[in-house]
Amino acid sequence: MGAAAQGKNAPSREFLEKIFRTAYKIRVFETEGIKLYRQGLIRGYFHPYLGQEGIATGACAALSEGDYIASTHRGHGHCIAWGADVKKMVAELLQKETGYCKGYGGSMHIADISVGNLGANGIVGAGTPLGVGAALANQVNGSDAVTVTFSTDGASNNGTFLESLNLAAIWNLNFILLVENNGYAVSTRIEESTRDTDLYKRGLAIGVESHQVDGNDPFAVYEVMKQAVETCRAGKGPVLIEAKTYRHMGHHVNDPGKYMPEEELAYYKQRDPVDRARAALKEMADVSDDDIAAIEAEIAAEFADAVEFSKNSPEVTPESFREFAVGY
Amino acid sequence: MAERELMYREALREAIDEEMGLNPSVFIIGEGIAERGGSYKVTEGLLAKYGPKRVRDTPIAEAGMIGVGVGAAIAGARPIVEILYVDFAMLGMDMIVNQAAKFRLMTGGDGRVPFIMRTQGGTGGGVAAQHSQSLEALFYHIPGLRVVMPSTPADAKGLLKYALRQDDPVMFLEHKHLYMTKGMVPDGEHIVEFGKGDIKRAGTDVTLIAWSNMIPRTLEAAEELARQGISVEVIDPRTLVPLDREMIVNSVLKTRRCVIVQEANRRGGVASDIASIVQEECFYEMDAPVEIVAGMDIPVPFNLTLEKASVPQKDDVVAAVRRSLHLDPFAEAAE
Repeated sequence: MGAAAQGKNAPSREFLEKIFRTAYKIRVFETEGIKLYRQGLIRGYFHPYLGQEGIATGACAALSEGDYIASTHRGHGHCIAWGADVKKMVAELLQKETGYCKGYGGSMHIADISVGNLGANGIVGAGTPLGVGAALANQVNGSDAVTVTFSTDGASNNGTFLESLNLAAIWNLNFILLVENNGYAVSTRIEESTRDTDLYKRGLAIGVESHQVDGNDPFAVYEVMKQAVETCRAGKGPVLIEAKTYRHMGHHVNDPGKYMPEEELAYYKQRDPVDRARAALKEMADVSDDDIAAIEAEIAAEFADAVEFSKNSPEVTPESFREFAVGY
Repeated sequence: MAERELMYREALREAIDEEMGLNPSVFIIGEGIAERGGSYKVTEGLLAKYGPKRVRDTPIAEAGMIGVGVGAAIAGARPIVEILYVDFAMLGMDMIVNQAAKFRLMTGGDGRVPFIMRTQGGTGGGVAAQHSQSLEALFYHIPGLRVVMPSTPADAKGLLKYALRQDDPVMFLEHKHLYMTKGMVPDGEHIVEFGKGDIKRAGTDVTLIAWSNMIPRTLEAAEELARQGISVEVIDPRTLVPLDREMIVNSVLKTRRCVIVQEANRRGGVASDIASIVQEECFYEMDAPVEIVAGMDIPVPFNLTLEKASVPQKDDVVAAVRRSLHLDPFAEAAE
C-alpha cells in the first residue's frame, strides 16, 4: 500500500474506485485484446501493458484537464488512463474508420490531440522531445498545463533522452519524464544496457529533481506524480520519475519472453498492480466482493460492446484514401 | 506596388518579425540566434523586440531541438527551429522523417504539424564536406514534408510568411551564398503560396529549371546565351514539394527543350525526378533529350578549385543548353 492509503487523509472510496476501474480496464483491454490478436482480428504489432497498469493509472489520476501526455509503443494503458474511449481504441486496432486514427495509425500511433494526447509512438524514445515540445508550446502560450512523457528504460540510452530533458531543465518547463523501468529493452536486460540501473540518477546529473517509485503501486505513483505536478505548476519543473516495474509477458504478443526468469516474473506477479488496486478498494473503502465483481462485469461488458461496435464499423475505402492522399 | 531593395537575410528577418507580431504562438529557437542574432544575422533584433520566451538559444543538440519543435507544433504552436547547416539536420532525421512527416497521416488527418526548420546548405567557399551539402532530395523523398528553396529576397520573405500560416512541416532550405544578395521586395503584405513557380526570365528556345543558388548562376548563363542569340526561359519552382508541374510542363511544351540544373549531386536527385515528369508529359513534343547539370557524385572537397569543379558552373549550363539545341555536334557530353 502506498503512502496515500496509509496517510491521515485516507483516500475516498471514489478515488479508490477510480484507480481500480482504470487499472482493471487496462487489464481487460490487454487480455481481451490479445485474444482478438490471436484470432487474427488484430493485425500488426501489439505491445501489452500487462503488469505496468499501476503507472499510467496513478500518473494520469494526478493530472488535470488541459494537461498533455505523450506515450510509447506500449501505449494502450496510457490512453485508457487518460480517459480514451475504448470503442474508438478497439476500432483503431481493428483498422476501422471509427477508430481514433480512422485505421491509419494502429496500436502504436493512437493519439487524440483534442484532449492533449500526443500519441503513442513506434520509435522508442521519440515521445521525450515531443513532450518537451508540448511543454515549450504551453510555456510560450502562457499556459500552466503540465506535459508528461511516459518513457521507458529502453529509451533512456537514446540521445534524445538527455537532449530533451536538458532543454526542459534550462527552460524550467512544466514537464514530467516518467520512466517506466520494466528491466528490459525488448529482450536485453537493463544490466546489459547500462552500468547504473537506477535511472532516476540521470536526472540528478543535470540538475533535475528526480524520484524513484514502486511502479506496481498505483497509489505511490499517484503521490509522487501529484508532488511533481505541483512542482511544475509552481514553475520549478521539470521532474523525472523512475517507476520500477515488470512486464507480465514478452515484448509483444508474439514474443514468448523466454529470457524472463520465472522466479522474477513470479515475484512481480505477487505485486500485481491491479490486485493491489482491488485490495485497496476492498480493504480501505469496505467494498464487497459482489460490488467489485459488478464493476469488473461492467468493464468487461464495455469491452465486449467495443468489439461489437468495431466489427460492425466500416473501413476507410481506397477511394477516400486517394482523396486523403492529395497534396502529399 | 512600391518596393524596396533588401538583402535575402533582411527579407527573412522581416517575414519572421511580421509573423511574430501577428501571431503570439510563433517562436524561434536555434544555436546563437538570440543575443548574437544568428550566424547569418537573420534573427538580429528579434530578442530585443519579442523577448526571451519567443527567441531562445539552444544547446548544440539538433535531435533534441528539432524534436521539441515538432512536439510544440503538434501541441498547436508555430515553432521555427533554425539549424546552422542542413548537414546538422541529419542528427534530427528521426524527428523529421518518422515524426513530423508521419503524424498527420497516422492520426487519420486530425493531427497537424506546422513545424518549420530553417536551415541553409550548398557549397560556400572551402567549408568542406560536412558543411557544403545540398540535401533537398532527402526531404523531397519523404511524403508529408514541404520543401522550400527560395532564390531571391522577395521569394524568401513571401514563402516564409506563407510557411508560418500553413499546417504542414516545412523544410525551409536557404543557401549560404544568398544571404548577402540583394533584390527588390514588395512593400506591405507579401506572401508567396507554395506550389507556384516563378519565371525568372522569359524565353522561347530552351527551358532551364533551377532553384536556390543555381538561379543566379543560371541567369548568368542565360545572359551569355542571349549574346549568342539563344533565348532561354528560366523557371524557379521555388517549392520542390509541392512542385508546380503545370508551369514546368507548359514551358517545355513551348520550348521543346529542357535543361535542369541542381547544385546537389546527381544520383537520386530532384532533377532526375523532374526529368521523369518532363519526359512523361512532354516526350512526343520534345526536340532533344532532357539535360541534367548537377553536382558530382562525391562529397564536396575542401580545395577551392576542386570544390568549384564538383558543382555546376555557368559554363556547364551554357554547354548543356547548346547541347540541347544540337549546336556543338562534335563536343563531348559533360562527364
